[in-house]
Amino acid sequence: MSTETATPLSSKRPAPRASLKKRQHGQVRTALWLILPTMALLAVVIGYPIVSAVVMSFQKDAGLDPATGMFVQGGFAGFQNYTHWLFQQCTSASGTVACPPGSLGAQFWNAVGVTFLFTVVTVVLETVFGFWMAIIMNRAFKGRGIVRAAILVPWAIPTAVTAKLWYFIFATTGIANAILHVNVLWVSGEWSSRWAIIIADTWKTTPFMALLILAGLQLIPDEVNEAAKMDGASTVQRFWRVTIPLVKPALMVAVLFRVLDALRIYDLPAILTSGGGGSGNATTTLSILVVDQIRQGPNSASALSTITFLIIFLVAFIFVRFLGANVVRTQESQQKGTL
Amino acid sequence: MSAIAGPATTQAETSALRGERTTTAHKVGRRKRRSQSTRTIVSAIVISLWCLLPFYWMIVTSFRDVGYTFDTTPWFTHFTFDNYVTALSTNLGNHLGLALLNSLIIGGVTTVVCLLFGIFAAYALARLDFRMKGIVMGVILGASMFPGVALLTPLFQLFTSWGWIGTYQALILPDISFALPLTVYTLVSFFREMPWDLEEAARIDGCTQAQAFRKIILPLAAPAVFTTAILAFIASWNEYLIASQLTTDATQTVTVAIAGFTGSQPHQEPYTAVMAAGVVVTVPLVILVLIFQRRIVAGLTAGGVKG
Repeated sequence: MSTETATPLSSKRPAPRASLKKRQHGQVRTALWLILPTMALLAVVIGYPIVSAVVMSFQKDAGLDPATGMFVQGGFAGFQNYTHWLFQQCTSASGTVACPPGSLGAQFWNAVGVTFLFTVVTVVLETVFGFWMAIIMNRAFKGRGIVRAAILVPWAIPTAVTAKLWYFIFATTGIANAILHVNVLWVSGEWSSRWAIIIADTWKTTPFMALLILAGLQLIPDEVNEAAKMDGASTVQRFWRVTIPLVKPALMVAVLFRVLDALRIYDLPAILTSGGGGSGNATTTLSILVVDQIRQGPNSASALSTITFLIIFLVAFIFVRFLGANVVRTQESQQKGTL
Repeated sequence: MSAIAGPATTQAETSALRGERTTTAHKVGRRKRRSQSTRTIVSAIVISLWCLLPFYWMIVTSFRDVGYTFDTTPWFTHFTFDNYVTALSTNLGNHLGLALLNSLIIGGVTTVVCLLFGIFAAYALARLDFRMKGIVMGVILGASMFPGVALLTPLFQLFTSWGWIGTYQALILPDISFALPLTVYTLVSFFREMPWDLEEAARIDGCTQAQAFRKIILPLAAPAVFTTAILAFIASWNEYLIASQLTTDATQTVTVAIAGFTGSQPHQEPYTAVMAAGVVVTVPLVILVLIFQRRIVAGLTAGGVKG
């Protein structure tokens, strides 16, 4: 484990500066050897697949060439796979044409829209409800432990099971319609299927949000709130002027985590609405589109997954660069208790 | 250790003390306080019900006779264990029992591998001083943000050509991709809280750095390591996207088994049996999470685990 032989005790004594330097040098070497295996493993399980996905995305998919009717074995495609998705260009006997409605290629922008719709609506709902839950859990009352235990239950249930559970709740003759005294076709309606996903996702992930916000709330010293109270600030004023600014770093990190996670949403729409929902693609997200495409042409699917990855990367970049979500620093200061 | 829970309780105690003082001082304040605490209790009940009722409904349905699937009585009626028998039987082409074993093996191996690698990296990141630390942390965090589909397309082709579809390693390797960053991240935040003075003391007493780590720090870190293991295991247990594409019946995981659960009638969802299967898959996790509640909350908030 350690290549650094322990610094002999005697060497610590004579020249403090030299030993400090030596020690730091030793630490760098030790750190390198300790971190290297993890980085190497990550390179194998993430780096390699990502690079090969990018390489694949510039290759043609094997199949019948529509122009000649001959079977072609791939070859360099340039940006053809990307333009296929971004500009809905399909190849046919007469060259490049717009993808026919209903084909996977024609669904790209719809999938982008659905993915962002889910992301924005669920994250907003989860932030609002999560904040509420966190504020309640931050108060002292009997039975607080029970609430804390209760909110861990949705988090612990696998998403696949969550999807099946809500599929049952949202069944035509299920409990949701019975309680609401309505007859909504939750799984096959255009917007009702989207709401089904949003409700199930909010149920499943709000607890996680609440816990992250709670961690931020607990770092606000009581004195700050007391002082604001003394100065005559109302509850509302204290919330917006004291709580929000102080909890903002933790909140931004929580929102960032959730946004990045929501952008790759797959399990819920794949199981709850069988990937489609509504007339067939009301709940088709980018991840679902990639999986649908894999068996029809992995290289084209790679281009789509690369686009998905770039979208997520771009959103993360915007969050960190412009909205000041500093994950590493926020968590370090949370650890030290100085936010 | 529990960085989050620790200050929380003391804070709660002090605010409770202060509450007493104000109530004796001011009558108006008392009334206001009482109405606030009533509202808090009501909110707490609403939150708990919202979180628990769907799960409760799953349990109630799982014990209900299949003929009364859509009965809306809110408590146990037409009680039966048949659904559990159906859920675990292989007559209808379901393999829940096998899937449980598969998920256990895949989750177990993933967790052990991640801990073996992650502990050392986390130790270095939490304990040692070196440049590039921020970058390494950034890379590890960024790695956990990759969408599963970005790994899936190349892996699908790769594993198909290697004949790996339907093997355990075809699922363990992708699982490591999200479980390892999670492991390192959670461990780093736990390790920062360790009493490192003890390590110094051990080294002054003549231990090498490796010995000090093994004999002093590792035993102290056992709870943190255990919590991290639970989080990594749950993450792997819950994975669906990659498992749904890279498994066969023989290596199916629980999430895939539940999603594809078939009943005796085509086009008719066997709701009660699926709920029973869901309970079988979920209850061990829920019990585990509730037992180690405090630690898991600390781990979750420290590492920012995905849901």
